[in-house]
Amino acid sequence: MNTTYTVRDSATMLRRNLLHIRRYPSLSIMLVAQPILFLLLFVYVFGGTLGAGLPGVDGAAGGGNRGDYLVFITPGILIMTVASVALGTAIATATDMTTGIIARFRTMNIARVSVLTGHVLGAVIKTGFAVVIVAAFAFLLGFRSDAGLLGWLGAIGLLILIAFSLTWLTVGMGLAADSVETASNTPLFLVMLPFISSGFVPTDAMPAGLRLFAENQPFTPMIDTLRALVTGADPGSDLWLAIGWCVLISLLGYLWSRQLFLRVPAK
Amino acid sequence: MTNSNPAIEVVGLTKSYGDHSVLTGVDLTVPQGTVYALLGPNGAGKTTIVNILSTLLTPGDGEIRVAGFDVRREPAGVRAAIGVTGQFSAIDELLTGTENLRLMADLAHLDRASATNAVTMMLERFDLVDAADRRAQTYSGGMKRRLDLAMTLITRPRLIFLDEPTSGLDPRSRRDLWAIVREQVADGVTVLLTTQYLEEADQLADRIGVLDGGRLVAEGTAAQLKRRVPGGHVSVQFRDVAGLASAAAAHPDATTDAEALTLQVPNDGSIAGLRRVLDGLDDNDVAGLTVESVDLDDVFLALTGHPAEAPTSQESPA
Repeated sequence: MNTTYTVRDSATMLRRNLLHIRRYPSLSIMLVAQPILFLLLFVYVFGGTLGAGLPGVDGAAGGGNRGDYLVFITPGILIMTVASVALGTAIATATDMTTGIIARFRTMNIARVSVLTGHVLGAVIKTGFAVVIVAAFAFLLGFRSDAGLLGWLGAIGLLILIAFSLTWLTVGMGLAADSVETASNTPLFLVMLPFISSGFVPTDAMPAGLRLFAENQPFTPMIDTLRALVTGADPGSDLWLAIGWCVLISLLGYLWSRQLFLRVPAK
Repeated sequence: MTNSNPAIEVVGLTKSYGDHSVLTGVDLTVPQGTVYALLGPNGAGKTTIVNILSTLLTPGDGEIRVAGFDVRREPAGVRAAIGVTGQFSAIDELLTGTENLRLMADLAHLDRASATNAVTMMLERFDLVDAADRRAQTYSGGMKRRLDLAMTLITRPRLIFLDEPTSGLDPRSRRDLWAIVREQVADGVTVLLTTQYLEEADQLADRIGVLDGGRLVAEGTAAQLKRRVPGGHVSVQFRDVAGLASAAAAHPDATTDAEALTLQVPNDGSIAGLRRVLDGLDDNDVAGLTVESVDLDDVFLALTGHPAEAPTSQESPA
């Protein structure tokens, strides 16, 4: 199977998945509603108190209010949105695998991995819409940024990369799941992990063990980088750490999914 | 692949799941341009054979060549030559009929103009023009099956597998589907189909293989198989003993029932056989006549020694 066909078949499968997204939008709406609810909950219920706990300009506590907290958590909420859509992709992939047309694809002389790349590319586009909606909500609530064009372009690029990597992982989870129910449960940790990161409170505030985990898990450099990019700051080494994690997760997710899908079943 | 090669060549095919043997040594040759029917009850291994031949399932042992390619070593070659319509509908229910066909045309790498033409042609040929822009999930069973087959044929495969293509269809849809299969055969396409209905095999197939318990227990043309089955006969009722006696004398292989005044003459279901019986009869002697034809149960009973009942094990899914 040559590269031309791989690209062409992937484009065909992408069209198929975009039609699915258009025909069956209820799942997508639910996936966007969840991060928006978290945003409202954290800003209006906890925001006043948590904002006061943010480090001030000089690093001392007591530096912020509700508005500062909104700025602080928006990057975490955006990445949670990406994770939430990725969870939907696991469900969509598992559901798709139960349909007869997948067996048909397996008997056709096509680039087989295109079935998966179609899902991944469709999901990345879907994530783009979801992130725009959630970001618009954050703006509505008063999020403002000093970031320049470069910062925003960097933020968009990073979000696409994160979406790409988490989606390859959840496509694998969808393929590995023996039922659609399993597929909807396995990736839940992706939506929970941002809570144990620098997304909602500074990691300094956590007890030692948890802090060690929070500072070294992949979501923290992703969130820190995104926060730096959208607030016009310099992400520094976090940028490379975030990109490194994305590349690693993409690669593992891709190889895992590919192996699961390409194998000819023995039963 | 040269023209002299058979479309399908299977020698010693086995398949088992753990201790459970599904296929226990199947030999099968299907020449190009012919129709072969695998006849058997659920659980006989029909779908397993189709899945192995269409590269959906790994074989156990055996040499298997499809369209000249080894299914293990050259699956891409096999896939480029075949089209499969399985027992379970292989359509995308969220897409419309047009979109489903377009998807197949694109995956077959047709250029834009040819793809559009092929889609239009298929919609017309398969009577789906009115439903073309509706989602396939709203289609009736017969329409789904037609779309399924259209999706298989739009890529113009030289060899098609039809796994129980008419199960669950009403008689009219079944006849429509048979007509489509015949058209394909007229174009030189090779067909391997599985069925539970002898009539279907009879209507379509050049050769029939009877599958039972994971092996072929008999193989031949429909007429050959029916001759091996004693179930078919013509039952003639006479007005009096004299008529019965003279007819019985002319048919030494017939069974006489003197009390009911009937004579049962074995018959292979052919017109010629029936005519031979009728030619020897006098109109005035005969009160009634029925033709009992052979059905799948008779074939099974005769060839396997057990009725074609629903088996305990399920046809393996995949």
